[in-house]
Amino acid sequence: MSDVLNVRVWRGGEEGEYQSFQVPRQESQTVLDVVSHIQRHLDPSLAYRFACRVGMCGSCAMTVNGVARWTCRTHVAKVVKDGVLELAPLAHLPVIRDLVTDMSVFFDKWAKARGQFHPTATRKDPFARVKPDTPERKNADAGIECIGCGVCYASCDVVQWQPDYLGPAALNRAWTLVNDVRDGAQDERLRAVAGDAGCHACHTHMSCTERCPKQISPTAGIAGLKRTAMKAALKGEL
Amino acid sequence: MNTAWRARNHPAWWAFLVHRISGILLTLFLPVHFWVLGLALHDSARLDGFLHWTDYPLVKVGEFFLVLMLAAHLTGGLRLLALEFLAWRGWQKNLLAVAAGLALFAGLAFAYVV
Amino acid sequence: MNTSNQVRLWAAQRLSAMVLAICVIVHLITIIYAVRSGLSADQILARTQGNVAWLAFYGIFVLAVSIHGPIGLRSVFSEWLGWRGRSADVFLLLLAVVLAWLGFRAVWGVYA
Repeated sequence: MSDVLNVRVWRGGEEGEYQSFQVPRQESQTVLDVVSHIQRHLDPSLAYRFACRVGMCGSCAMTVNGVARWTCRTHVAKVVKDGVLELAPLAHLPVIRDLVTDMSVFFDKWAKARGQFHPTATRKDPFARVKPDTPERKNADAGIECIGCGVCYASCDVVQWQPDYLGPAALNRAWTLVNDVRDGAQDERLRAVAGDAGCHACHTHMSCTERCPKQISPTAGIAGLKRTAMKAALKGEL
Repeated sequence: MNTAWRARNHPAWWAFLVHRISGILLTLFLPVHFWVLGLALHDSARLDGFLHWTDYPLVKVGEFFLVLMLAAHLTGGLRLLALEFLAWRGWQKNLLAVAAGLALFAGLAFAYVV
Repeated sequence: MNTSNQVRLWAAQRLSAMVLAICVIVHLITIIYAVRSGLSADQILARTQGNVAWLAFYGIFVLAVSIHGPIGLRSVFSEWLGWRGRSADVFLLLLAVVLAWLGFRAVWGVYA
């Protein structure tokens, strides 16, 4: 293990170039350690995001050696190639500056997919009783841990090829709500997630499933949405 | 860009590419296939002429390739139908290996007899 | 194209895929058998001419393929060529018609 890392970092906006930094190599070093070292000791003008630094918030997501990852949970030893690390902002999102992207479109698509819970009960009703081992609740629980980090969205080729595509995260969230027996917006939600810009555009590349740091499988949820949408279409409800 | 391929290098993505490329090639082949067979209607002499071409080794290789494309598209398609219509299970990851195996088997069966 | 029709296109694609799965398996076995037996064109035609079961089977095959192929290409056009919307849909519909016409013509040619 050499004691210096050659780190190429994207500087600029949509247009820009890679700038090289030499960073001291250490044991158990994460990519977040590397970026922070650059910003604190080498170039304070570097823009990047992080918050919790323990793999809970998803803020630190970026492209590391071509693959979307959380920098706080990525050991340098695992990804370094010939002593080189290449850092770029998350793909498929507008670049604000350097390693920081504008996530608005990601969350706009979340909203477009009706990724919000629509309550049907009032404060006067008793608590909803939802058994955790029902098939619907199991489906919802399999996708509920998503924290909206954008790694799946950045990894999805259909997002790149089809600008309107809602994307794996939005569709996964919609799936958790489709399986929520308390929710009252099922018809609108199915209409929102079906079609060319929705679940039917997924070609099961499974890059989302491959890359999700929470081991969620948006592909599974999207397949579920396809089945649900088809049943509704056959019944004339779509 | 090099970046994209580093992220695409996993089995399910290659399965997608094989499925799409084989689909495109088959769609390009089909009109030709139909047209040649249609020669049986009015121009059986010409059809015979075409069929003699199948004796040439290069054509046999082409036929083998087509059969492989067809088998690959079929097995990949069955895998997709399973992933989309059956409830999600862990063993579905292995469907890819099964699909690839079956496709290869069909191609080899053809190569053996041709 | 509205959402409902997009879903119907997807369903037609998957349904035709299921039909084609059976057709293709039968077709592959038939081809491998024919080649293995060293059947000549005349011998093949002797079996297909006047064979209604054959006509029905390959007729369904042609129909399914004419639906399945163009819908598949629709995704390819949209994603890899950036060609989507009405003009692409019209082109693909024409392609479906051409495929069906050439296919039924070929099936008839080998049956009659």
